[in-house]
Amino acid sequence: MTAKEWKFTSKDIANKPDLFLSGHRACAGCAPATVLKLVMKATRGPTIVTEATGCMEVVSSIYPYTSWATPWLHTAFETAAANASGIEAALKIMKKKGRISKEHVDVIAIAGDGGTFDIGLQALSGAVERGHDFLFLLYDNEAYMNTGIQRSGGTPHGAATTTSPAGRAVPGKLEYKKPLADIMIAHDMEYVATASPYYWRDLITKVRKGLEVEGPAFLHVFAPCPRGWRSNPAKSIEYSKLAVETCVFPVWEAVNGEYKLSIPSKVLSLAPQRKKPVSDYLKGQGRFRHMFKPENKALLEEVQRITDKRWQKLLKKCNLP
Amino acid sequence: MANIIKQKMMALAGDQAVAYAAKQSDVDVVAAYPITPQTIIVEKFSEYVANGEVETEFVCTESEHSAMSASLAASVTGARAFTATASAGLALMHEMLFVTSGCRAPVVMAIANRALSAPLNIHGDHSDSMAQRDSGWIQMYAENSQEAYDSIIQAFKIGEDSNVLLPVMVGLDGFTLSHTLENVETLSDEVVQQFIGIRKIPNVLTHEDKQSPFRLDPKNPMTMGPIALQNYYFEFKRQQEEAMKNALEAIQDVNKNYGDLTGRKYGNGLVDAYNLKDAEVAAICLGSTAGTMKTIVDKLRKEGIKAGLLRIRTFRPFPSKAIKSALRNVKAIAVMDKSMSFGGNGGPAYHEIRHVLYDSESKPFIVNYIYGLGGRDTSPTQLRTIYDDLQQILKNQTIEEPIKYLGLRE
Ligand SMILES: Cc1ncc(C[n+]2csc(CCOP(=O)(O)OP(=O)(O)O)c2C)c(N)n1
Repeated sequence: MTAKEWKFTSKDIANKPDLFLSGHRACAGCAPATVLKLVMKATRGPTIVTEATGCMEVVSSIYPYTSWATPWLHTAFETAAANASGIEAALKIMKKKGRISKEHVDVIAIAGDGGTFDIGLQALSGAVERGHDFLFLLYDNEAYMNTGIQRSGGTPHGAATTTSPAGRAVPGKLEYKKPLADIMIAHDMEYVATASPYYWRDLITKVRKGLEVEGPAFLHVFAPCPRGWRSNPAKSIEYSKLAVETCVFPVWEAVNGEYKLSIPSKVLSLAPQRKKPVSDYLKGQGRFRHMFKPENKALLEEVQRITDKRWQKLLKKCNLP
Repeated sequence: MANIIKQKMMALAGDQAVAYAAKQSDVDVVAAYPITPQTIIVEKFSEYVANGEVETEFVCTESEHSAMSASLAASVTGARAFTATASAGLALMHEMLFVTSGCRAPVVMAIANRALSAPLNIHGDHSDSMAQRDSGWIQMYAENSQEAYDSIIQAFKIGEDSNVLLPVMVGLDGFTLSHTLENVETLSDEVVQQFIGIRKIPNVLTHEDKQSPFRLDPKNPMTMGPIALQNYYFEFKRQQEEAMKNALEAIQDVNKNYGDLTGRKYGNGLVDAYNLKDAEVAAICLGSTAGTMKTIVDKLRKEGIKAGLLRIRTFRPFPSKAIKSALRNVKAIAVMDKSMSFGGNGGPAYHEIRHVLYDSESKPFIVNYIYGLGGRDTSPTQLRTIYDDLQQILKNQTIEEPIKYLGLRE
C-alpha cells in the first residue's frame, strides 16, 4: 500500500456528517450498528454501499424510511459481493463513456457472518478473484441474528444457538469457527484485516486502508449482539474489548499476505501475562452459560485450547515468538 | 415501405445473432456465465471484448446467480446491462429474477431455451423460461435467428421505456435456433444505436418532493431494494402489474417503429397471426415451431382446409386482448406447449389461452398438445395430425382427449 496513512482526530470524526444515520431500528446495545456508524466515518468521498440481507439491512431500510445518506442497494442474502461487482463495473464503464463524472466512487459491500462465511462465500470468492475494486465489510455477530439466532460458519465452538442448542446430548455448536480472514488472504488479496469496535480508531483506520486499495479488500469486524448472545446490552463494547484481550478475536492486518498484529493484540504478544483467560470473555454471555456447568468442563478447556492454538499460529504468521 | 434502411446480410447462428445485437446495442455491462446452448453468446461477446470491438465491462461471474445479481446492480447504477443463460442457469437465477423486476431494473437477457434436469438434457424446450413466467420479466419468444437479433435490439427499447422499466428475456429455441446458421439481415451499429438511444434514467420523486434520477448516484443518495412490509409491499407489486400493462403498448410501438425502419414486423409485436382471418381450425405455438407450422398451414390451405396459426411472440405480458381478437372466428384450437406443468392439467400456454377464451362468445373447442420435450424431434407429419384432430373435433362436436402428447412412446 502506497497511500499515505490517513491521520484523523476524534474531533474530525465527530464533525464528519454521518452516512449511517440514527433512527434505525437496531436493538439497544447492537454492536453491528455501532460498527456501521464508525465504518461510514472512514469514507473518503462518494461511496456506494451494497448490503446483504440480515439485521443491518433490515433495521436500516424499512420503507419509507432509510438510515442511509449515501446510495445504498440491497438485493438478496448471498449477493453483496456480486452486487459490488456489478456496481463497480457499471461505474467504470459509465465513467469511460463520459456518462457520469470522473470522480472516484468507493464501493463497500456489507454482510453479516451468514452472508459471508456461508451463503455469500462463493460470490465473495468470485468477486475477489476477478479483482473488483471494493471493500467487503463483514460484521460478525457470530450467528444468523435476523432470523432468530441460528448457527453460522462463524459461530464459535460451544456456543448455543437455536440450531445448535445446548441440550442434554449435545452441548451447543460442535464445529469450530471458520478462519475466514485467512481464507481471504489465500485469495492473494492486497489488504485483509480484523478489527473490533472497542478499538475504534484502529477500526476506522483499517476501513480507510481497505478503501485505498485499488482492488478488493476485506475487513472482518467483531460485533457483539446482546439479543443473540444473551448478554447485557450495556456490555457489547466491553465484550469487543474482552474478545481481543483473551485472544478469542485478535486484531491484525495482512498487507499482501504479510501478517502483522495491530497494537491491542501486539501488546499481548509482548506481555503474554496480560492475556486473559477465555472464561473472562465467555462468562456473562448466555450462549456460553452451559459451558460453566461442571459436566461441560472439557468444553471450556477445549475453547481455551483452540484459542491458544490459533493465537500461537497467528504469532507464527506474524513472525513473533 | 419506401424508407426501409439498407441492411447487411450475415450468416449467423441464433446465438451469434444475439451476441451481435447486444454488441450493437452499446451495452455497458455484460455479466454472464456459460451454459449450453447459450455458451456461444458469452464466448462471442468475450471475443468482441478481447478484440476491443465493444466498450463493455465484461464480468465473467462464478455463477448465474451472481451474473444476475451483478447485472441488476449494474443496471440500478445506471448502466445498460445484458446477460444470457439457459436451463439450469436460469433456474439458479430464479431468486434474483424477482429481485431484478422488483427493483425495476431493465436488464435484457437472452435465453437459449433448454430442458431442465433430471434427467439431464441439453436440448431445446421451454421448461426453463416457462418456470419463470411469474418472475415479473417481460418474455418474448423468437421464431428464427432474424427475430432473435431484432428482438434483442427491441428489448432494450421496451424495457428501458420509463413507463415500463422492466427486465426482458428473449427466448430462442436451444439448438434449433441457437446453433443453426441462418441468413440474418443486420443493421449498422449507428442505426441500432440511434434506434435505442443512450439509456435514459427517469427521475423519481423523493421523500423531500425533489426529482432525483432513479439510480445509485452519490449526488442524489437513494436507498434501493429496501425492506417494505405489510404497509407498502403490496403497492410495489401492483405497480409492477401496471408496468406490464404499459409494456403491452410499448412492445407494439417498438415493433411498429422497428418495422418501419427495417421492413420487419412480427405481427403486432405481441402475437403473429397466420391465415387466421377465416380460419376454422388453428394451432397456437411459441418459437421456432411456427416456421414448420406455417408450411403445414400452406399445405392444408391448398387442400381447401381453413387452417391458421397464431404464434405468441410475447408471453409476458400475456396479450389477452390480441389473442381473443385474433381467434374470434376460430372454432377449434390446439395449443402447443413445449413444457409441462406437472399435475396442472396441461401446459402453461394451454392454461392461459383457455383462461382468455373462457368468456369468449365463440366458445371454441380448445385442446392441448405437449411436444418436443428435451429436444424430441416433431416431424411435419406429426404436426399435421394436430389439424386432422381439430377437424375431427369439429366434425364430432366433441373433444375426446383434451391433452395429448405428440411424438411420445406410451
Ligand atoms: C436465500 C436465502 N436464504 C435464507 C434467508 C433467510 N435469512 C435472512 S437473513 C438470514 C440470516 C442473516 O444472518 P447474518 O448474515 O449472520 O446477518 P445478521 O442477521 O446476523 O446480522 C437468513 C437466514 C434469505 N433471506 N435468503
